[in-house]
Amino acid sequence: MADLRAEFLGIRSPNPFWLASAPPTDREVNVTRAFKAGWGGVVWKTLGLDPHVVNINGPRYGGIHSKDRTVAGFNNIELISDRPLQTNLDEIKAVKQAWPDRAVVVSLMVPCDEASWKGILAQVEATGADGVELNFGCPHGMSERGMGSAVGQVPEYIEMVTKWCKKHTRMPVIVKLTPNITDIRLPARAAYAGGADAVSLINTLNSITSVDLDAMAPEPTTDGKGSHGGYCGPAVKPIALNMVAEIARDAETRGRPISGIGGITEWKDAAEFMALGAANVQVCTAAMIYGFRIVEELIDGLNNWMDSKGYERIDQFVGAAVPNISEWQHLNLNYVVKAHIDQELCISCGRCHIACEDTSHQAITQTVNGVRRFQVKDEDCVGCNLCAVTCPVENCITMVQMTEGVDPRSGQPINPDYGNWTTHPNNPQATGVG
Amino acid sequence: MGTTSAVGDIASGRVTPEQAAENLGDLHPLYTEHQARAEADRCLYCYDAPCMDACPTSIDVPLFIRQIATQNTKGAATTILEQNIMGGMCARVCPTETLCEQVCVRNTSEGQPVKIGRLQRFATDHLFASGETVFARAEETGKSIAVVGGGPAGLSCAHSLARQGHQVTVYEARPKPGGLNEFGIAAYKTVDDFAQREVDFIVGLGGIEIKCEQRLGENISLDDLRQAHDAVFLAIGMGGVNALGMAAEDSAGVLDAVAYIAQLRQAKDPSRLPVGRRVVVIGGGMTAVDIAVQSKLLGADDVTIAYRRGQEQMNASGYEQELAQTHGVKIKLWAAPVTIHSEGGKVASVEFARSHLDKTGKLVLSDDHFQIEADVVFKAIGQTVETAAVSELKLQGGRISVDARRQTSLADVWAGGDCIAGGEDLTVAAVEDGKIAARAIHAYLTEGA
Ligand SMILES: Cc1cc2nc3c(=O)[nH]c(=O)nc-3n(C[C@H](O)[C@H](O)[C@H](O)COP(=O)(O)OP(=O)(O)OC[C@H]3O[C@@H](n4cnc5c(N)ncnc54)[C@H](O)[C@@H]3O)c2cc1C
Ligand SMILES: Cc1cc2nc3c(=O)[nH]c(=O)nc-3n(C[C@H](O)[C@H](O)[C@H](O)COP(=O)(O)O)c2cc1C
Ligand code: SF4
Repeated sequence: MADLRAEFLGIRSPNPFWLASAPPTDREVNVTRAFKAGWGGVVWKTLGLDPHVVNINGPRYGGIHSKDRTVAGFNNIELISDRPLQTNLDEIKAVKQAWPDRAVVVSLMVPCDEASWKGILAQVEATGADGVELNFGCPHGMSERGMGSAVGQVPEYIEMVTKWCKKHTRMPVIVKLTPNITDIRLPARAAYAGGADAVSLINTLNSITSVDLDAMAPEPTTDGKGSHGGYCGPAVKPIALNMVAEIARDAETRGRPISGIGGITEWKDAAEFMALGAANVQVCTAAMIYGFRIVEELIDGLNNWMDSKGYERIDQFVGAAVPNISEWQHLNLNYVVKAHIDQELCISCGRCHIACEDTSHQAITQTVNGVRRFQVKDEDCVGCNLCAVTCPVENCITMVQMTEGVDPRSGQPINPDYGNWTTHPNNPQATGVG
Repeated sequence: MGTTSAVGDIASGRVTPEQAAENLGDLHPLYTEHQARAEADRCLYCYDAPCMDACPTSIDVPLFIRQIATQNTKGAATTILEQNIMGGMCARVCPTETLCEQVCVRNTSEGQPVKIGRLQRFATDHLFASGETVFARAEETGKSIAVVGGGPAGLSCAHSLARQGHQVTVYEARPKPGGLNEFGIAAYKTVDDFAQREVDFIVGLGGIEIKCEQRLGENISLDDLRQAHDAVFLAIGMGGVNALGMAAEDSAGVLDAVAYIAQLRQAKDPSRLPVGRRVVVIGGGMTAVDIAVQSKLLGADDVTIAYRRGQEQMNASGYEQELAQTHGVKIKLWAAPVTIHSEGGKVASVEFARSHLDKTGKLVLSDDHFQIEADVVFKAIGQTVETAAVSELKLQGGRISVDARRQTSLADVWAGGDCIAGGEDLTVAAVEDGKIAARAIHAYLTEGA
């Protein structure tokens, strides 16, 4: 059994799975249930100043489903905590006392003035919480009031507020980033420059999940109108992974602590975030859809995988994939693959054929000697992977590397040496001869 | 009857009317919206899909399933009915396990085909429930066609021709149209008077007049029809039944399965039908399974299907055999009937010879005999075409001979469905015949082809 204990900014938790700041961490009952279920930590639902905000009484959530109703994407127009500040503070204190081995971090969002931040930090410190997370990410409602992503989209503000916070608290400060920005490296750099101990990302993406075509209004609809919300869940994971990776390999921020968030549902999602440099992960949607029990699978799955790989502690693989993230221009152009269809596994649906035929390189047969059979024509295959993506059977189509001989498509011998675009003869800016 | 004697234990009311109604209820109920969408999601939208090829009417299965998945149910129904106007009945009665679902690639990946038949029913039932129409007639052509027989083949042909603007008169011998959809298909496959609702939908197009109680060879003749109409389509099915050719075949309790099922299908209260305590069914096809299962559902105690060959040779599909067995019907293979024993004019038992196939594949009966006691014996050993009414046509193996376009030996007479040589004895095949013949008749009438 691997050791799943995590230490993030000196905050210890029995495992790297935290619940993200959201309804699951909104109150003592929820958090207590979460800790009973086995979650390593929580980031408490974002606190603001009194008088507390109010939520709409219409529907707050929307979803994108597959036809069998699996939730692929989740959308919300909820605000930060809609309870009195003191209620939250009292409950945080009680929970931390009852669960000293779990991480309790408190998410904060107050107006952009130093006094407001200073005041609330003192109040949070008094609860015994382990740290704070600055919510610069909420993309709806709060941003219209000059908070949340309105701050997160301006690196100068991030740096300024982070500095105030570091000045006024001894607690570790995590800055939660909004993905609603063109280059995620800029807010990350600003956060670290302001003294942040870590960044966490992503918060939700601006979204309209669907349109009610009868009412002609975006969903979820309140009294005939709908406003944009924040998108999360499995659909946003690739976006989040890329943003984490950008920060993990940026020369200015490389190696700095990151808490990974966005669509984590299974242990494998978590392991991927960690491989790209996240030292721990936070989960919201998956818990909201399936309940707290999913943490059992997260823990067990990660554990078994670590055992199978010989990892004893999580820091042994955190960031392990970062060195392999490359610029496109540095990918090896001499690496040649051809699709291979395992005829034993093939169920003859023909999707690879029509996908390649209609939209790629006409490199898969429909019949061989008059019989329905899908076979790759190496002389036409560019190894694009489209067929493997559309294939409904796992591992039926694989990309097999050519290591010798001549590529029947290009007529060129396989070059065993590494060669990339920067030296390619077709590149007007080529720096040398390949 | 109330007899307590050892033989002839035949009685009605073995189940209550409520039980009968429940037992004969829908075998596979209509999918709910969610079930339909979840199942539709399993379709892989295959390219050049094998299911389309396997469907005798070539329904674009991947397209209609995608239409269900995208909540375009009316579009799905239209896709189906465009190829198969009896897509609703076929969804209920097609042996899909040997047609479209047999070749579904999901069998290869996980041993479970997409339930194409049930999805097809979902789409067509929704269209029928909405009362919407999807087809319109072309301008009147002034041509008239006689269709003889109002079963699947006849009605399919009539609808196609009427759509093209021709005027069709359907001459039907029985008091009601529908053919075996109305009188033959097992009750639990087509509940709630679906056969007549489907006929109404078809006739609702316009241009089709159905004249009942018009029997070719009795009150009408082929000659008359050829004179009164521009073309004739014969779809008279198989009205005759094969006989066992045994003494005592006319004993009380020896019944024709098809006739009994017709009675059952028309019965207001099927529990009132006389049902044997011990039932022996002779035959190995769909009819044998249907009568055996329905006998069970009406309260028969002990039902045995006796078939003279093996499981592989049975015409009833594996699925149908299983259906019989799960209803408690015994299937006795390699049992060739040789004698019917009767007592006092009532059937008492059937004597069988154990049989096998020799090296050349010929059936051989052994001297080893055994008997099965029976109060009712159903004959389900196949039907025949009543050829007397069509004696002027060339026949082949007792059925009407046609070419690929379903044209008979007479240039203005076409035929399709169960009555033609090479017929597959399936509803869907009959519908396809009607479609093919309609195409040929239309060409004949408009191009003089
Ligand atoms: C008991 C039973 C169960 C079956 N179950 C299934 C099943 O589950 N699935 C399946 O696919 N197939 C099944 N079949 C087969 C299917 O019913 C037939 O293949 C199909 O009905 C053939 O259609 P048809 O139009 O050729 O003939 P029919 O349906 O027999 O229609 C012929 C019509 O012509 C009329 N007619 C006959 N003679 C004359 C005449 N001289 N003048 C005027 N009208 C006449 C008849 O009254 C009838 O209406 C079953 C058959 C039987 C007997
Ligand atoms: C209903 C809802 C409310 C949320 N509220 C907050 C919040 O108050 N503060 C915050 O920092 N993030 C909030 N989030 C964002 C989540 O913490 C998280 O960053 C995001 O949902 C991505 O993770 P996921 O894909 O696991 O859900 C909320 C998300 C949801 C779905
Ligand atoms: S029903 Fe089966 S064969 Fe037909 S399209 Fe769907 S998956 Fe492919």
